[in-house]
Amino acid sequence: MADPLLEIRDLKVTFRTDDGLVRAVDGVNATLNQGETLGIVGESGSGKSVTMMSVMRLITDPNAQFEGEVIYKGTDLMSLSQSQIRSIRGSGIGMIFQDPMTSLNPVYKVGWQIEEQIREHEKVSKQAARDRAIELLTSVGIPNARERVDAYPHQFSGGMRQRVMIAMAVSCNPDVLIADEPTTALDVTIQAQILSLIRKLKDDFGTAVVLITHDMGVVADMADRIAVMYAGRIIEQGTQRDLFYDPQHPYTWGLLGSIARLDRPRPRRLAAIPGSPPSLMRLPAGCAFSDRCAHSFDRCAERPELEDRLGNGHLDACHLSRQQKQDRRDRTIHPELVEERP
Amino acid sequence: MLTFIVRRLLWTVVVMFVITVVVFVIFFKTPGVDPARALAGRNPSPQVLNEVRAQLGLNRPLFVQYGLMMKRIFITRNLVSYSDQGELVIPEIFAAAPATLSLVFGAAVIWIVVAILMGVSAARLRGTVYDPILMILALIGVSTPVFWLGQVCNLVTQGKLHNTFVFSWVPPLGYTSFTTSPVLWFQGLVFPWITLSILYIGLYARVLRANLLEIQSEDYIRTARAKGLSERRVLMRHTLRTSMITFVSLFGLDFGALVGGGAILTEVVFGIHGVGFLTWQALQNLDLPTIMAVVIYGAFFIVLLNALVDIGYAWLDPRVRPT
Repeated sequence: MADPLLEIRDLKVTFRTDDGLVRAVDGVNATLNQGETLGIVGESGSGKSVTMMSVMRLITDPNAQFEGEVIYKGTDLMSLSQSQIRSIRGSGIGMIFQDPMTSLNPVYKVGWQIEEQIREHEKVSKQAARDRAIELLTSVGIPNARERVDAYPHQFSGGMRQRVMIAMAVSCNPDVLIADEPTTALDVTIQAQILSLIRKLKDDFGTAVVLITHDMGVVADMADRIAVMYAGRIIEQGTQRDLFYDPQHPYTWGLLGSIARLDRPRPRRLAAIPGSPPSLMRLPAGCAFSDRCAHSFDRCAERPELEDRLGNGHLDACHLSRQQKQDRRDRTIHPELVEERP
Repeated sequence: MLTFIVRRLLWTVVVMFVITVVVFVIFFKTPGVDPARALAGRNPSPQVLNEVRAQLGLNRPLFVQYGLMMKRIFITRNLVSYSDQGELVIPEIFAAAPATLSLVFGAAVIWIVVAILMGVSAARLRGTVYDPILMILALIGVSTPVFWLGQVCNLVTQGKLHNTFVFSWVPPLGYTSFTTSPVLWFQGLVFPWITLSILYIGLYARVLRANLLEIQSEDYIRTARAKGLSERRVLMRHTLRTSMITFVSLFGLDFGALVGGGAILTEVVFGIHGVGFLTWQALQNLDLPTIMAVVIYGAFFIVLLNALVDIGYAWLDPRVRPT
């Protein structure tokens, strides 16, 4: 198999704070192949955004320390100089952010902002860049792009601004598109439109996508492979099918169980994972999830490695035996089904 | 946009009208103020007083008096000051204006350039020792009284050191008009410029630094970095460009106040016979016509600059631009 397009090797990100060191990302390994969509799922503060921001070297906090490697097309991004990483940002790797309302500069026309990126990376005339901007705006579904290219961000709705952000991110035909919660700030109908737009661009240009989200529904729709993050670590990783139909980690069960489903009997109460995400300052020793996990036992005091426990490339970090997982899983994910069974 | 500008300027006229009315009432209709007594000479007889009143139109209705006063200020321009020479006030102000404008324009150039350099450097060098050093310098600039700094400048440049080669080029105090001698004009204004600008350099550098740091954490700055732009371009075209909105609005107000006679301390200390100096003299003699004319003149610039700031705002920030 060919080398992966993007490979994160044992990435650790630590922030120095007044209260001590905080490890936001703790040894993440992930790969992204050509044309593939990788979904990264997790609660707020689980380290998913920090991971991808570190890949782009966009964390400017002087208190952040990085370890590990990020191999993109054979070069380690972490060891590049500022000017070298700049030539990859926006050109090889494009990025879309969570809040389209604030992610565009309010004082420049949207066309200008797209042209700026094109002209930063390619030697093209102003007119050519402008034509390309119009073309891009058309392709992301902005009606009347020839006129809207001269509009300012505040003249667009949230969904339209996110389309502009996408047009900008793909303007230099990147191999990788990192979408950091691209639909979180949008309402549901617009979410679906934006997702199908990302899927269409991915199919048209063969771009690989990293989709960061806390919404299992979004990854179910989009991702080929899914990594679930908790407290800075990946705790389960597998194909979309594996994750949804054969989830191994109790945290993943919790995530799946907390989705309201239309195709199942309606539960009296939507299941939730007890407790709240742990403070990174005071993680439990061993498995970080153990203090919220209904299935924890004495071995959980020992840190579980992310391993292929099933022998099919589906990784998880949970000490429970395969049999235990199978027995307990349904009760956690669909308690209403279990209860109603005679 | 054009209708916006026209409307904004029309408002200016309305505001100016209100200001002239208020100023007129304060200066001439306040109980105890009797212009006739001030003009009629020492120990006037009641007949003389009445004659003077009739001459000045002080026995006519209030709005007629106001109209006469405005006519004397704006149309016939023959408002007479109370000073012994009986000078015409309006030509006097117009004669003083070039000195003030020279002083304020020069100082403004210095303070904009230096404040931007200091503010941007401090923001970029955040986390190093240079940032606090620059900000302490700025704080010293804000806290230094103009009259003290000006006198120290004079002491140094006009005192013993004047005979050394370092300061021998500094001309004696006073203002030489540009048309008389551009070289003397420049040499005479160097220290007044520096003195006047130091306060504003400190103020603007601190405001700009705070504003830049605030904008640096905006999402669209992260987007600009993610686009692969250089740090320099992110700073110049994105961060600094946006913080100019605050900078310009601040500048317009300060500049208007200074052109309108607010540089009074600098002008007096350096003997520059500008509008501020004129105000100072008029205040000492309680020369009401001059004071009133200067106040109206100053108000005019402040109101005008306010309008220009609003228009500049619309130019800088498309969000407030009328569509």
